[in-house]
Amino acid sequence: MPASLPSLHVPVNPLTAGQLPRFTQPALLVVSVVIIAALSSLVGLGHPATIAAGGALLFLVASFLLSAEVEGVRRAKDRLAAHLVTGAFLLALTPLVSLAWETLSKGLARFDFRFFAHSMRNVIGEGGGAAHAIWGTLIITGMATLFSVPIGLLSAIYLVEYGGRHRLASAIRFFVDVMTGIPSIVAGLFAYTLFSLFLGPGTKVGVAGAVALTILMIPTVVRSTEEMLRLVPGELREASYALGVPKWRTILRVVLPTSLAGIITGVVLAIARIIGETAPLLVTAGITSSLNANPFSEPMATLPVFVYYQYVTPGIPQDPYIARAWAGALTLILIVMLLNLVGRLIAWKFAPKPGR
Amino acid sequence: MVARSVTPDVAQGLRRSPKRFGDTLFRGLSTGSGVAILALLAAVAAFLVGMSIPALTADAADLPFGEFWSYVAPYAFGTLWAAALAMVFAVPLAIGIALFLTHYAHKRVRQVFGYIIDLLAAVPSVVFGLWGINVLAPLMRPFYVWLHEYLGWIPLFAGPVSGTGRTILTVAMVLAVMVLPIITAMCREVFSQTPRLHEEAALALGATRWEMIRTAVLPYGMPGIVSGCMLGLGRALGETMAVAMVLSPAAVINVHLITSSNPNTIASNIALSFPEAYQLGVNQLIATGLVLFVITLAVNVTARWVIARRSEFSGAN
Repeated sequence: MPASLPSLHVPVNPLTAGQLPRFTQPALLVVSVVIIAALSSLVGLGHPATIAAGGALLFLVASFLLSAEVEGVRRAKDRLAAHLVTGAFLLALTPLVSLAWETLSKGLARFDFRFFAHSMRNVIGEGGGAAHAIWGTLIITGMATLFSVPIGLLSAIYLVEYGGRHRLASAIRFFVDVMTGIPSIVAGLFAYTLFSLFLGPGTKVGVAGAVALTILMIPTVVRSTEEMLRLVPGELREASYALGVPKWRTILRVVLPTSLAGIITGVVLAIARIIGETAPLLVTAGITSSLNANPFSEPMATLPVFVYYQYVTPGIPQDPYIARAWAGALTLILIVMLLNLVGRLIAWKFAPKPGR
Repeated sequence: MVARSVTPDVAQGLRRSPKRFGDTLFRGLSTGSGVAILALLAAVAAFLVGMSIPALTADAADLPFGEFWSYVAPYAFGTLWAAALAMVFAVPLAIGIALFLTHYAHKRVRQVFGYIIDLLAAVPSVVFGLWGINVLAPLMRPFYVWLHEYLGWIPLFAGPVSGTGRTILTVAMVLAVMVLPIITAMCREVFSQTPRLHEEAALALGATRWEMIRTAVLPYGMPGIVSGCMLGLGRALGETMAVAMVLSPAAVINVHLITSSNPNTIASNIALSFPEAYQLGVNQLIATGLVLFVITLAVNVTARWVIARRSEFSGAN
């Protein structure tokens, strides 16, 4: 720019020319929401959800048009994509927040000592608790873990250490994947038919529930363990063989300890996945109102089934039943979150640190 | 020279090393568990088929729920219909979330919210059921009334509008929330594996971020998106409790989204009818379970096939 020509307007920054200033987007968003809020209050549709959705829509259109005018269509599309993607993320968070809030606010009413100390034996209306269901959940989940961890662990060892590219190994790998997709109710039906064959039709026992959950748990355990075993460096195994250690001792003393944290994490996450299963327990373990600690006879209440029945078959007055259902739901969510947290903590704490 | 003459002897010596009992046992145990899994799956299939045969061969007059195929048809339709609707909501959202977490969000946001979205997968289905009845259904009802008022001429939004909001559209939304984390996890995985060079090449040619995603990330991740969707679909097809609790069911085949007579799903029907079923009724319900098993099996095998096909050539990229 020659110095002799005096410039009358503010000098333009060539790097930001043709771009919208940074404050445009937030300002546009606020303006859109305010416009929609004003419009909807005029029409009489004042629900916050409507305003949020309408405001977001107006913002998308306005921002696209403005950007297309100033920056060109390509930049406008880029902005639109960024907004849509962020919007999708925020939209997905709303059910989570709403669910957490609802469960907390409705569940806390009965989240008391009585809820954990008493069963529903001889309880009509208020009072009572879910002690029997919590015990049932612990027993059935514990049994399912006992069944599925040895099978899952050994199968994963077979897949990684012995199977290789053998046809049996690829068959197992394929069918374990297929097993992941078995609907939980189908697993329940299988366990039900199995036990009604042995113990007479219509039998509902805790161990049948454990078998159903085992079917759901095995694939998760196998997959996560397999992944962890694969992470163990081959050099470790070879060093052990070179010292003359037999293969089975190498697996027990070298491979498993190295990957133990990851395996435990996988098992804990698998437990977290099955502990909230309802449908298979509904058809296998049934429901009862008193504590039954024997998984081999009589129905056994579990927490998810307890929540279901408290909600769908309330007595009169309804409120205490529904309050118990929410308290049960809150307990379930807390258990699942706790298990998830524990699993990740183990993984994080014992993960091999780089450079050690 | 010396080594060459020694090597065969050493090899001979190694080959003659005694078979260790521990090795045989351990190998047998682990192979046995692998085979046990196959046997278990075979047993599941065999038991379902075996228990279904009485219902499939019995005279229609003896069956408590009437002729089998006309009994299962509405439920099979409902299963597919609800799952398809759920996918309509879930797939675009899941791709959006995965893109946000892999290509837009700050690293810290990515870690924290990636974990939170994963937590969504662990929420038990009864809790989703409670939430669907208590929060989503009442929230959506005014919207359904509005839909019917202005778009009622479209068969999808035909009336009468459900008084509770517990319609198949609400169910589809709950299902969408439930399968969202599964699809998102799969999409995140493939999107984050997009070769860095592809992305940088697109950007270097002057592409905007969106153009880079469209030309580099999405084509690369397509098989992953497809298989993630199939896995999500498998879950949506088999989901039981959320549907059983939220839907106000009927044994009808229709595509009305907002009325109170909705086609029920197979899984939900089993959960609702099983506690009161007896004799042949049990067999008949198990036979519907077999139909569901076959449907989900087909979906899952297709998904695995797509994944396997991808893993063959992903290493070269």
